[in-house]
Amino acid sequence: MSRHRSGAPAALLVPALIGLAFLVLPLLGLVIRAPWSRLGALLADPGVLTALRLSLITATVATALCVLFGVPLAWLLAQPGLPGRSLLRALVTVPLVLPPVVGGVALLLVLGRRGLLGGWLDRAFGVTLPFTPAAVVLAEAFVALPFLVLSVEGALRAADRRYEEAAATLGAGRWTVFRRVTLPLVAPGVLAGAVLAWARALGEFGATITFAGSFPGRTQTMPIAVYLALETNPEAAVALSLVLLAVSVVTLACLRDRWVTRV
Amino acid sequence: MKLDAHLVVRRERFTLDAELTVGAGEVVALLGPNGAGKTTALRAAAGLTRLDAGEVRLGGELLDGPGTWTPPERRPVGVVFQDYLLFPHLSALENVAFGLRCGGASRAEARRAASALLRRIGVGELADVKPRRLSGGQAQRVALARALAVDPRLLLLDEPLSALDAQTRPTVRSELRRHLAEFAGCALLVSHDPLDAMVLADRLVVIEDGTVVQSGTPAEVARRPRTPYVARLVGLNLLRGIADGHQVAVGHGTVVAAEPASGDVFVAFRPAAVAVYRGRPDGSPRNVWPGAVTGIEPYGDAYRVQVSGAVPVTADVSAAAVAELGLAGGQPVWVAVKAAEVEVYPA
Repeated sequence: MSRHRSGAPAALLVPALIGLAFLVLPLLGLVIRAPWSRLGALLADPGVLTALRLSLITATVATALCVLFGVPLAWLLAQPGLPGRSLLRALVTVPLVLPPVVGGVALLLVLGRRGLLGGWLDRAFGVTLPFTPAAVVLAEAFVALPFLVLSVEGALRAADRRYEEAAATLGAGRWTVFRRVTLPLVAPGVLAGAVLAWARALGEFGATITFAGSFPGRTQTMPIAVYLALETNPEAAVALSLVLLAVSVVTLACLRDRWVTRV
Repeated sequence: MKLDAHLVVRRERFTLDAELTVGAGEVVALLGPNGAGKTTALRAAAGLTRLDAGEVRLGGELLDGPGTWTPPERRPVGVVFQDYLLFPHLSALENVAFGLRCGGASRAEARRAASALLRRIGVGELADVKPRRLSGGQAQRVALARALAVDPRLLLLDEPLSALDAQTRPTVRSELRRHLAEFAGCALLVSHDPLDAMVLADRLVVIEDGTVVQSGTPAEVARRPRTPYVARLVGLNLLRGIADGHQVAVGHGTVVAAEPASGDVFVAFRPAAVAVYRGRPDGSPRNVWPGAVTGIEPYGDAYRVQVSGAVPVTADVSAAAVAELGLAGGQPVWVAVKAAEVEVYPA
C-alpha cells in the first residue's frame, strides 16, 4: 500500500493533476461567477421556468420510452447465440458516437414532413412531428437510448443466467422468467441506465435544435435556452447553467450512492 | 412412476452416453469424478440440456426423444442446484412459493403452502429472510423446499451438500436422507463424494468419461469396485486378472484367494489388510510379493504406503511401523496379504 502512495512518479502525477484541474476549474468558475444575489429573480423568470419544465417533462418521457424499448432491446442483445450480435451492437452504439446534430438531421430526413416515415404520417394521420414537443422527446430518446441499452445489456451479461434455469424448472415460462427473475436481477442496471439516459436527455442540444427547433414554451429546452440567453442575457445563461450543473451533480450522487458502488 | 432414461449428449471433446432408471421412491446417486458428465446427465433429465440422442421417459410419458421435447417448465421435475440458486431478490418464503405461483396457485394459497413446507423442512422461522442472510445449511433446506413445493415426480439434486462446511454437513446430510426417504417420486442425485452418495442413495450409478461403469447398492459397490476410480473412492486395492481355482493371475504376479473362481475377475482387498516387511516374511500369509516403496503419505492416524512391483498395492501402515521399518521412497520391501482378506468377483 505505502509503495503505491509514495511512488507516484512526477511524469504521471503532473499531467494527472493538470487533467483534473482542466475538468474542475471551468465548473468552479461557473459557481464563482454565478450572480448568486440575483439568482432567485433570474430563475423566477417565466421563460426560465417554462424551459425548465419542458426539459424535465421531455427528458422524463424520453427516458420512459428508452426503458420501454431499450430493456427488451438489451435483452435481445444479451441472448447467447444471437446471430449478427456484433453488428446489432454496433448499430445500437452509433448514436453514442454520432454528433447529435447529425442525429437531428437524420431524424428530420426520416420523420420530417417530407421524410420517409414523416410523409406517410402526415398523409395518413395528419401528424407532423418536427418542431413539436414530441420531436424534442424523440431527439432526446435517440441520443439517450444507447446509454440505457448498453447499461442494461452489461447488467444482463453480468447476471447469473442459471437463475433463469432454476425458474424454468419451477414451471416459469419465458415471460414469467423475465418478469419475475431476470428483471429484478438486473434492476440496478436498469435504474443506472435510466438515470444516465435521463441526464443525457436533459442535456441534449444538437439533435433537439435541429429536429425540434427552439420555440419558447414548445421546444426550447434548458440547454437551448442557455445557449440563446448567452447572447441577450449572460447572467440568466449562467444561472440556467448552474441549475443544469446542480441536476448533474445530484444525478451523479444518486448513481454513486445507490447503484454504481453497490455490488 | 419410474424414470427411464438413455441420455446421450455430445460435446466437442466429450460424449455422455448413460442409461439410467430410477424407480418410484428410489434414490439413485450418480457418482463420478469431476467432468464425468454427472451434471450434464442431471441437466438433460431436467430438460435444461437437449439430448442429442436417446430418450427420457417418466412414468411412461416421453419427455425427450426423437421428435419430442418437453421444455423444463412443463416437466414434473424439481431441481436442487449445486449452489442452490435461490432467487436473491425474494425471501425464503417467496422462493418456495415461486413454483406454486407458476403452477397457477393464488398468492395466498401459494404463501400458505410454502409456509407449511418450510415448517416441515424445519426452517419455518426463516420465511421472511433473504437468501444472502441464510447460512449454507439453511439455504440448502430452503432450496429443497422450493424444489419439493411443485410436487415433482422426479427430484434432481446436483451436489446437494458440496457447498456446506464440514460441521453442518453431517446434520444436513442425515436430514436430507430423511426427506428423500419420505419422497414418493424418483430421486436422482449427483455427487462426487462417496460418503454423501452412499448415505443418501439406495443405489449408486458410477459414471466415468460419460459412461456408466458400475451400478449397485452402496454395499455392493463398496465391497466390489469395478474400476480404479471406484476402488480409490472406497479405499480398496483393485486388481484384475484371470482366475483358475484359488489362483488369480494378475499382471506379473499371482494372487491367492480363499474362495475359488474362474475366468476374468476383479481382486479387491483393503489397504489395512496389507502387511509390509523389510525382508521376506515367514509364516502363514499366502500372498507375498516383493516391491519398492514409491510413496508415503499421512492417512488418518496411519500412513498410506504405495508399493510398486509385480503386484502393485497400497498398504495402510501405522506410524510406529513406518518408523520401525524406516520406510522411505525407493526402499525395497515385501508385502503380504492373507488369502481370507482377498475378495474375488467376476469382471
